[in-house]
Amino acid sequence: MNIFLFMISCILTNNFIFSKFLGCCPFLGVSSKVETAASMGLAVTFVMTIASLFAYAVNTWVLVPLHLEYMQTIAFILVIASLVQFVEMFLKKSMPALYSALGIYLPLITTNCAVLGVATLNVKEGYNMLFSVLNGTFSALGFLLAIVLMAGVRERLESSKIPQCMKGFPISLVIAGLMAVAFMGFNGMV
Amino acid sequence: MLPILYAGLVLGVLGLIFGLVLTFASKKFHVDVDERVAKVREACSGANCGACGYPGCDGFAAAVVAGEAPVNGCTPGGAESARKIAAIMGTEAGDEKERLVARVRCQGAKGIAKERYVYDGYVSCATAASMAGGPKDCRFACIGMGDCMNHCSFGAIKMVDHLAVIDEKKCTACGTCVATCPRNVIELLPASQSVIVRCRNSDIARVARAVCMDACIGCGRCKRECQYEAIVVENGYARILPDKCTRCGACAKVCPCNCIVVS
Repeated sequence: MNIFLFMISCILTNNFIFSKFLGCCPFLGVSSKVETAASMGLAVTFVMTIASLFAYAVNTWVLVPLHLEYMQTIAFILVIASLVQFVEMFLKKSMPALYSALGIYLPLITTNCAVLGVATLNVKEGYNMLFSVLNGTFSALGFLLAIVLMAGVRERLESSKIPQCMKGFPISLVIAGLMAVAFMGFNGMV
Repeated sequence: MLPILYAGLVLGVLGLIFGLVLTFASKKFHVDVDERVAKVREACSGANCGACGYPGCDGFAAAVVAGEAPVNGCTPGGAESARKIAAIMGTEAGDEKERLVARVRCQGAKGIAKERYVYDGYVSCATAASMAGGPKDCRFACIGMGDCMNHCSFGAIKMVDHLAVIDEKKCTACGTCVATCPRNVIELLPASQSVIVRCRNSDIARVARAVCMDACIGCGRCKRECQYEAIVVENGYARILPDKCTRCGACAKVCPCNCIVVS
């Protein structure tokens, strides 16, 4: 498959939030401000890239040779959790500015289903190492795009007149649905 | 039985490896964090208001431990947090600063200050102020759309009849409202200062009187009445000096415009 097409499809057509419905919790929970949404998106991008690499390594060189594929989920959780811990320590030491910018979002990602989702999907689709990492990075960029767009819309909503019963989460869910429909329009592209 | 053992063993070994890597990493990437920083952070108000002049409570805590910020620098925390921080740092709390509270220098509620037009836009003082000088005729008046209320972290401000009303018990003098108000209506004054001039209209008497029933016209009767020289009339309105004022309230009795208030 053409690598460029693959990247585009990860971001737009196979968007994690709008077509796979993974990572919806942070999508709704951390999208009230563009700034925090962007840092959450960046943190997810960071972790998903590394997690897909390590999950691929553990799966290919440990689980498959030992015929323990049924342990994927628990092994991936272990990998992701330790990885996030490690990345956190590393950032705290060497990049304090980035560490404080990502803040609470970095440890939160440990339990983000999008990260576990990308690791599992890579195995299911049988991607090689390059495509696994690309899938991780560009799916996360799709997540970043979605959460920043959503935050932009929600910031505008703050100052618009909405019926009382629709204020807050109801209107956010309606918007999420409309955005998902809009993203389906990319389906014919790839 | 064997496959289960086998699976458990593999997972255990994986966990052990990751654990060892993390242990090694925690030693290798260890960052010395002064435990006092976290304690000082606990002791201050936690409002992230910025009244101390540092970027949030974390910045203040780091500056206190580094010896750059004074232990009584947390305004919202007041004397209590100054005492706690001093105990952590092993120093004296120093002179206790008198508690300040925010006071609204305007009485132009609905019906008292004249309205210029009916404002039906986005509810924000800053936006309203940019529309032909604001919805009230007085260019010094509280606009009453609640920008200060929305920025107050302590819920100490509410809007009554298009006028900000401050709950002095809840106010911590962080100064966020002072910085937010586009009209500069709010001022921090000592809590004991019970006599306040509640107007800051600088216009000449005729203009001031035309836009608001309770406007200070700068007549100077309060200044003449005051035995302690605690009142100055500058820029067309009276101002009470808290250091000299004895809170006797004689000025309030003679004010022809009811703009000196004794609370």
